[in-house]
Amino acid sequence: MRTIKFLLQKEFRQIFRNKAMMAIILAVPIVQLLILPLAANYEVKNINIAVVDNDHSEYSQKLASKIIASGYFRLTGFNTSFKDAYKLIEEDKADLILEIPHGFEQNLIKENEQKLFVAVNAINGTKANLGGVYLNTIIKNFNTDIRVQLMAPGKFTIRPTIEITSSNWFNPLLNYHIFMVPGILAILVTLIGGYLSALNIVKEKEIGTIEQINVTPIKKYHFILGKLIPFWILGLIVFTLGLLVSWLVYGIVPIGSIYLLYGFVAIYLLAVLGLGLLISTFCDTQQQAMFIAFFFLMIFILMGGLFTPIDSMPGWAKVITKFNPVSYLIDVMRMIILKGSGLKDVQNHLYTILAFAIILNSWAVWNYKKTS
Amino acid sequence: MKQFITFVRKEFAHVLRDRKTLLILFGLPVVQIMIFGFALTNEVKNSKIIIVDYAKDITSQEITVKIGASKYFEIEKSVLTPERINSAFKEGKIKLAVVFPENFSHDLFHQNKASMQIIADASDPNIANTLTNYLSAIIADYQMQLNGSQLPPYRITTETRMLYNPQLKGVHNFVPGVMALVLMLVCVMMTAISIVKEKETGTMEILLVSPFKPILVIISKAVPYLVLSLVNVTSILLLSVFVLDLPINGSILLLFGESTLFIITCLSLGLLISVKTQSQQTAMLISLMGMLLPTILFSGFMFPVENMPVPLQIISNAIPAKWFYIIVKSIMIKGLGFSFIWKETAILFGITIFLLVVSLKNFKIRLA
Repeated sequence: MRTIKFLLQKEFRQIFRNKAMMAIILAVPIVQLLILPLAANYEVKNINIAVVDNDHSEYSQKLASKIIASGYFRLTGFNTSFKDAYKLIEEDKADLILEIPHGFEQNLIKENEQKLFVAVNAINGTKANLGGVYLNTIIKNFNTDIRVQLMAPGKFTIRPTIEITSSNWFNPLLNYHIFMVPGILAILVTLIGGYLSALNIVKEKEIGTIEQINVTPIKKYHFILGKLIPFWILGLIVFTLGLLVSWLVYGIVPIGSIYLLYGFVAIYLLAVLGLGLLISTFCDTQQQAMFIAFFFLMIFILMGGLFTPIDSMPGWAKVITKFNPVSYLIDVMRMIILKGSGLKDVQNHLYTILAFAIILNSWAVWNYKKTS
Repeated sequence: MKQFITFVRKEFAHVLRDRKTLLILFGLPVVQIMIFGFALTNEVKNSKIIIVDYAKDITSQEITVKIGASKYFEIEKSVLTPERINSAFKEGKIKLAVVFPENFSHDLFHQNKASMQIIADASDPNIANTLTNYLSAIIADYQMQLNGSQLPPYRITTETRMLYNPQLKGVHNFVPGVMALVLMLVCVMMTAISIVKEKETGTMEILLVSPFKPILVIISKAVPYLVLSLVNVTSILLLSVFVLDLPINGSILLLFGESTLFIITCLSLGLLISVKTQSQQTAMLISLMGMLLPTILFSGFMFPVENMPVPLQIISNAIPAKWFYIIVKSIMIKGLGFSFIWKETAILFGITIFLLVVSLKNFKIRLA
């Protein structure tokens, strides 16, 4: 116990001595938390649309103004030819072209049917998809309006209609920040914990001070614990700061138990620090440790379900996410903070992370050799 | 010249000796392409839902079957009571609940009107929105069937064409993004770290007192990374053509030219970081947090720039990767020529000159 105390004293002194690092460790997460949710906004709005109106009728103009009034679209061109509009797409000034053919109004009334042409710049798949869906919904509404206008009232409501009321739980205003902030907090805790621990032991190797420790009677697990605890405390501090920022800036207060949240993050940090230490024991230079840590964290974060739903992944990818600690944390953060899930709901996640923590740390202790 | 070649050989030896890092550098783009190409999709499908059916009549069952047949939804088998909707949401098992009230069929055919409820887990707003839309479409479809084949009058139909990417694949968006990211990683981080490392281990002094010009010391450090990056660009392009079936529509020569320009931009950025920092850890964290994250954020390949608040949109203009991303997208996917991207190229060129001037001004040939 005394040995660990002295080791901790050494580690803390080294951490606090490096002022630049301390500043980065504490400031960067806060800045990221302020900027990332603003940037990571997948709400699709401000879709740039170019309208080619070959009809110049009352209806075509009504349709155009209905589209603009919806709030999703921004009119960037009111062109006379499709070719001009296409040029806007090539220059990235328009995402969508709506072409209203000549004789739109006349055909609609006389022949009961008329086609509209929509061309979407589909390089960005999500945006193209949603933009197309929005536009179609607006056109459909416009169609219903016209039908109601043209037909005698009453004739239309005789058919049996299913009315759908939809409600959005846990986030009624569909605020995207509320969704992103807990996930980003999870990423920050992972990054700080993973990198700092990965770089730490290997630094002692690179400068050679590890030899001095190796010749002392310090036990292997003492050494690993001495490295683990300071970063564990640091990780919890960063997490607390992050929670404060999300409360002060985004007004997000965890609905579930805060103790449960801390308990989970505490165990999770052990797992992530274990991963870092393990990488550290495998490497010889900081550069190596850095790249290997980057490699794994990158995969973990991309496949963690922060940006894209895990449900939509193919089977083999879903299997990989089972071995991805980050996906558990992101999941649990969202569950506890947004939905108020309790211990019973997250206990499976908890056991899995605990297993990760034990395996990774034991491996790190085992792999750290005092003799070279 | 002979001196220069010797120095370049020394740097190559450094890079090639570190097998683990080398493996990561070549493996990273491959893994990223695989993940982005095959694992990640913005498409929403296989979402788990529950159906709380009080009506248990023919209409509600027909709708349930229709929902179950759609690829978007997976109906959870367990029969749930309404009290359990809440806990199912909390366990994170379901994304959506559909509630049919009692007498659903009866109301529909006798009063010509019946209502049903959709409850979505909106902690992810986009998924909630998409799923609600899909479900409404299925029900509207059912209603059409119900009303027989008679078509309503005054129909407006739309014919939608998806340009450049008819299958709405994510590949088109991220291949240029992965290119920017990998080049950024190799050039900025590796250059910065390898120069700072010489400072940290004290060998920089030895290099500086040699008769070799200090500026050439730096240039020779950059050469291996330039070569490495070009290899990476080639492998990414080969992967995207042969594995992801994403053809290069524009000129390959132009693409490589622009890539080289961007590589030089990144190298000068790495140089600037190395000039300003003293320890490897600081250099790493600065290039990671200060360079890599903004690249991911602001280049527009993961997050739509046009959705960001105006100040962030202005900041994004200073990120070189954003311009490179636009250039690659234009050449590779749209197949446009130089006349469409000269503006972006000029901006990238300007940023490079600026970075080079600043870092050379700060470059000290004497150590403190």
